[in-house]
Amino acid sequence: MHLTQGTFSYLPPLTDEEIAAQVRYCLTRGWSLNLEFTDDPHPRNVYWEMWGLPMFDLQDPAAVLHELQRCRQAHPDKYIKLSAFDRSKGRQTTTLSFIVQRPPEEPGFRLDRLEYADRQIKYTIYPYATDEPAGKRYRH
Amino acid sequence: MSQLESATDTETTALEPDPGVWEVVGRLDRELVGLAPVKTRVREIASLLVIDRLRRQAGLTSEPPSLHMCFTGSPGTGKTTVALRMAEILHRLGYSRKGHLISVSRDDLVGQYVGHTAPKTREVLKRAMGGVLFIDEAYYLHRPENERDYGQESIEILLQVMENHRDDLVVILAGYKDRMDTFFQSNPGMKSRIAHHLDFPDFTEEELVRIADLMLEQLMYCFSESARQAFGDYLRRRMRQPQFANARSVRNAIDRFRLRQARRLVEMGRPLSREELMVIDAEDILKSRVFEVT
Ligand SMILES: Nc1ncnc2c1ncn2[C@@H]1O[C@H](COP(=O)(O)OP(=O)(O)O)[C@@H](O)[C@H]1O
Ligand SMILES: [Mg+2]
Repeated sequence: MHLTQGTFSYLPPLTDEEIAAQVRYCLTRGWSLNLEFTDDPHPRNVYWEMWGLPMFDLQDPAAVLHELQRCRQAHPDKYIKLSAFDRSKGRQTTTLSFIVQRPPEEPGFRLDRLEYADRQIKYTIYPYATDEPAGKRYRH
Repeated sequence: MSQLESATDTETTALEPDPGVWEVVGRLDRELVGLAPVKTRVREIASLLVIDRLRRQAGLTSEPPSLHMCFTGSPGTGKTTVALRMAEILHRLGYSRKGHLISVSRDDLVGQYVGHTAPKTREVLKRAMGGVLFIDEAYYLHRPENERDYGQESIEILLQVMENHRDDLVVILAGYKDRMDTFFQSNPGMKSRIAHHLDFPDFTEEELVRIADLMLEQLMYCFSESARQAFGDYLRRRMRQPQFANARSVRNAIDRFRLRQARRLVEMGRPLSREELMVIDAEDILKSRVFEVT
């Protein structure tokens, strides 16, 4: 199951050139870039791990691609996300974020039904990957 | 032979619109006093790049030229100034995407504790990508007396990036010639990755006077006749002192002359002419401390 999140989630995965083009756009806007990774694909998981510090004062996308390459090498089997932060006054928020790497195999999600009083049902989703403890997921 | 013949045909390589590189080179020739050997080398490097571009357009592919450089010379001989122009030349010819220059020294690259150096060096390298990284007094990265010094870690990361990111960044090392030679002896990897060595000679007294004239002109000041003579005298004394730093010392001296001129004018307590506002007089120079010791 192909996990989608963030900007461009409707597109096929971006190539490195396309990622560089997005980064170039962010840099011309003066946004800072940041890389994060995780092995917990739940859509409500907002606690991704940071790959180093956010990158400030860059002039060229090559720098971000360089870090992305290092992050991929260190975490070949995790999700990696690139986000851009606009620090300008009044904005101060994430302006763009998209997935730049997925694990080779993504088992997807299970739908759980919780039946309770009066035949009511609550639904929740459960990522199969989280059957394994953190750090041991997506290893095939 | 037949390849040559076909090349001498009418088929000449159409010159792309001039990216303005000769204008930058010409400006460097005009605006910088002296430095003849440096100017020649800059022209050579620019020619090499122009031809490399044309060759690629004509389908003659070859390894892209290596661009890392080393600028040696005493302080104030124009290394930083020329590096800035070099960044512009590289940018105009498309060998540097942004053409900005990040100037750093040991403290910007090397950390204080285990694990601090690599992120610090990488941070700087990332900021320099797309442009030029200028490392002043690069030999301080290597401390032979301490084999556990973190500088070596920084050098290794630098070497890696100089090799693997040739399209992304040009590194210029700068410093005194003799210390740089020693540094290269103990870091042959660094030496082998540097293609261009430029040596910046010290300025002669006459060149320093011309530099002073140029700086004054840019500030819309000038020397009076007697002041120019006094300045020659000043230079001869100043050049013998240990902390003499070529054109930088001239710039600092001019700042002090301006201070003394301003004070002299204010103390006159009367309306001043445009000329009086411009002219540095001999007495503004002769009050300098260099004239106290003989
Ligand atoms: N050849 C020159 N002609 C005119 N001004 C110069 C020349 N070389 C250096 N300067 C001036 O001297 C000052 C110091 O030069 P800089 O490039 O910082 O020297 P370095 O990096 O070798 O210490 C600068 O203000 C620069 O404008
Ligand atoms: Mg300098």
